[in-house]
Amino acid sequence: MRLQYTAKQNKFRDEVRAWLQTHVPKQPLASFDTEAGFAAHRAWEATLNQGQYSAVTWPKELGGRGCDLIEWLIFEEEYWRANAPLRVNQNGIFLLAPTLMEYGTAEQKARFLPRMAAGQDIWAQGWSEPGAGSDMAAIRCKAIRDGDHYVINGQKTWSTRAVWADWLFGLFRTDPESQRHHGLTFVLLPLNLKGITIRPVRQLNGLPGFAEIFFDDVRVPVSNRMGDEGAGWSVAMATAGFERGLMLRSPARFQQTARQLVDLYQRHRSRADADPAIRDAVLRSWMQAEAYTLATYRTAGRLAKGGQIGAEASTNKIFWSELDLLMHETAMSILGARAELMAEAPDAGDIGHWLDGFLFAQAGPIYAGTNEIQRNIIAERMLGLPRA
Amino acid sequence: MDFTFEEQQLAFRDAIRRFLMVEAAPEMLRDIWETQIGRSAELRAKLADQGLTALSVPEAYGGIAVGDLDWVLVQQELGYFAIPDSLTATGYLAVWLLNQLPEGHVLKAAWLPKVASGEARIAVGHPINPLVADAKNSNLLLLWHDDELHAVQAGDCELSLNPSIDQSRRLYKVKWTPTATTRACAADIGAGLWAGVIDRAGLAISAQLLGLAQRMLDLGVDHAAQRKQFGKPIGSFQAVKHHMADVAVKIEFAEPVVHRAAAALAENDPLAPVYVSHARLAAGEAALLAARKSIQVHGAMGYTWEADLQMFMKRAWALDATWGDRAFHKARVAQHVLAQGAQLGPGETFN
Repeated sequence: MRLQYTAKQNKFRDEVRAWLQTHVPKQPLASFDTEAGFAAHRAWEATLNQGQYSAVTWPKELGGRGCDLIEWLIFEEEYWRANAPLRVNQNGIFLLAPTLMEYGTAEQKARFLPRMAAGQDIWAQGWSEPGAGSDMAAIRCKAIRDGDHYVINGQKTWSTRAVWADWLFGLFRTDPESQRHHGLTFVLLPLNLKGITIRPVRQLNGLPGFAEIFFDDVRVPVSNRMGDEGAGWSVAMATAGFERGLMLRSPARFQQTARQLVDLYQRHRSRADADPAIRDAVLRSWMQAEAYTLATYRTAGRLAKGGQIGAEASTNKIFWSELDLLMHETAMSILGARAELMAEAPDAGDIGHWLDGFLFAQAGPIYAGTNEIQRNIIAERMLGLPRA
Repeated sequence: MDFTFEEQQLAFRDAIRRFLMVEAAPEMLRDIWETQIGRSAELRAKLADQGLTALSVPEAYGGIAVGDLDWVLVQQELGYFAIPDSLTATGYLAVWLLNQLPEGHVLKAAWLPKVASGEARIAVGHPINPLVADAKNSNLLLLWHDDELHAVQAGDCELSLNPSIDQSRRLYKVKWTPTATTRACAADIGAGLWAGVIDRAGLAISAQLLGLAQRMLDLGVDHAAQRKQFGKPIGSFQAVKHHMADVAVKIEFAEPVVHRAAAALAENDPLAPVYVSHARLAAGEAALLAARKSIQVHGAMGYTWEADLQMFMKRAWALDATWGDRAFHKARVAQHVLAQGAQLGPGETFN
C-alpha cells in the first residue's frame, strides 16, 4: 500500500489543472437539455478533444492518452474541481466506447470512436421500452433481417439526450420467435434515418431530457451490428457493468458536491445550526464522499493487479445515488424556504443549482438499474442467496 | 498510488483466518464466556504460537515488529471470530506505549519479551473509558494520570468487576494511587502517547467492528439460505435479500476507510486522528446495521441465547462506544471538515 502519487502522476495533475484553468468556460453553459445548451456542450467536447482530454483512457491512436485508472481519477478530480461542463457525450464515451473496444470490429472502431471523441457524434442509449424497464429482457422492439439490412419496428423510451443526439445504441429483437435474453442483437444507428420519430419527454425540471423513439420500417445496414446476431444481451451486459462500475460516476463529482455543501453550510451556519441534524448530515456527506473515493482507488488498484469488477459495481451504484440524495436534501434543508426557488428566480442568487441537483438526485436510484435491482444482484451474486 | 495490500500481508491474514476458524469456533467462545476469569490460557498460548502477541514487539525483544497495516488485517479477523482475549490491549496498545519510552527504559526489558512470548497480559486504562478492561487478569496496568503514564501492578490496585452484556469483556473499576515509583512518563511526553493510544485503539476497534459486521452478515445469509417458510428459503424473498444487501454495501464502503486510517497511522500522517474517527464512525455504523438486520433475518432465533449471533451482536454493541463514543469521533471529524480554509474536495483525499 502506497497512498502517495508518483512524480509522474503529480505532473499529469498539474498539466490537466493548467489546461482546464485556461479552457473551462468562465460562465456556466446553458443546460444540455436545451437546443442552445446542447450545441454549446458539443462545442466544449470539441475543445476537450483538441486538448486530447475528451477520452483520456482511450488508446492514443483513437484520440485518447492511454491513461490508467489512477490517471483517470486524477483527471476527473481536476475536471470537477474546475467546475467544467457536464459531459454531453457521456453515454458514448464512458458507456458505449468501452464496449466498442471490446466487441467492435476494427472498421467500427475507426468509424465511430474518433468522431465520438471530437463531439461530432453525440450518442443516446436505446434500452428501455414501455414494457421493458427493470426487466430489460422483455424487449420487444424488432430488427428483422432483410438482405444486408435490419428493418426496425417498435418503440424505445427514456432515451436520455436523444432529442438532439446523432446516434443511438441499443438492443433489438432480431429473432421474433425468441424469448427473454435470447435472440437480441446490439445495433448502432443514426437518429436521422427515415421512419424514425422522436418525441421529447419533459423531465422534472421541465426540459426535454428524455425522448421516446418510434421506429417505422427503419432500415439499418447489417454492418451497424456490434457483436454477433443474437449475442446482444452479453454485449449489453458489458455496457451495463461499465455504467454501474467505475466510469459513469467518478468520486470527484460527489467530492465536489460535498465541498460545496460544506461551504453552503458555513455561509448559512447561524440558521442551519438551529437544526442539529443539518450539521450531522453535512459531516456524513463529507465522510461518504471520501469513502466512495477511497473505495474507487481500491478498485482501481485491484484492477491494476489483474482483478475484475464484479457485483461490487452494484454496491457503488447504491452508495453514490443515496449519497447524492443525502447531499442535496441537506442543501435544501439549509436553504429552507428559499430552496424552492428556480435558478432564474431574481431572488435565488447563486443557489439555484442546488435545486437542479436535488431534482437530478431523485433519478439516481432509478437510472442505470434501479437500486432494488442492484440489491437483488448483490444478494444473489455477492452473497449467494437463492433466486426467487 | 496503490491502495492494495501486499501479497505477503494478505497471506498472513489468510493464515490467521484459517487458524481462528479451527481454534475459535463459537462453542469455544461460549465456554470461555462461562469461566470465572473470562480468559483462556490455552487460547492465549495458541495465539502466541501464531506470533500474534509478538507482532509489535521490536526484534531486539523477541518480536517481529510489524506495523499498523498488518495489524489492521489481524484485527478484522479478531473481530470476525470475536476473540475473547486481551491481545489488542496487550500486544498492540501496551506495546506501542512501551515502544515509545526512551531506549533502555526498564519497563521495556521487563515486559516486552514477556508480551512477545504470550506470558504477560497488560491492561491499559484511560479516562475516555470509565472502566479498565482485563484489569484483574493482567500482570501490569498502564494507567493515565493527568496525562502522565503510570505502570502499576494489579496487586496494588483495588478492583471491582462490572459485568458487561458482552461476557467476554471483563471490566473493572480501578482504584489506585499514583506515586513517583509508578510514574513511567511525565505529562508533557505522556499527552502525545495517550493521543497515540487513543488513535490506535480507534483503529483496532474499527477493524474489529468491520470483522464483526462481516460475521453477522455471514450468519444472516446462512440462516436465510437454510430457513424455509412458504416452501422456500426466506433468503429468496426480496425483503430479506435487501436487508442483507444493505449490510454488504455498508461494509464495502467502511473497509477502505478503515484501511486508509491504518495507512495514515503507519505514515504518521497529521490527519490520522481524523481518519481514525471517520473509520470508527463508518465501521460502527456497519456493525450496528449488521446486528439489526441479522437479528431481524434470524427471527425469534435471533433473540435467543442459543443462536451464535448474540455473541457477535453484543461485542459490536459494546465496542461501538469504547475508546471514544460517536460524539467524540464526530467532533474530531468536524474539527477538520468545518475548519476555516479546510482543504476538502476532489484531489485532496491523499494530500
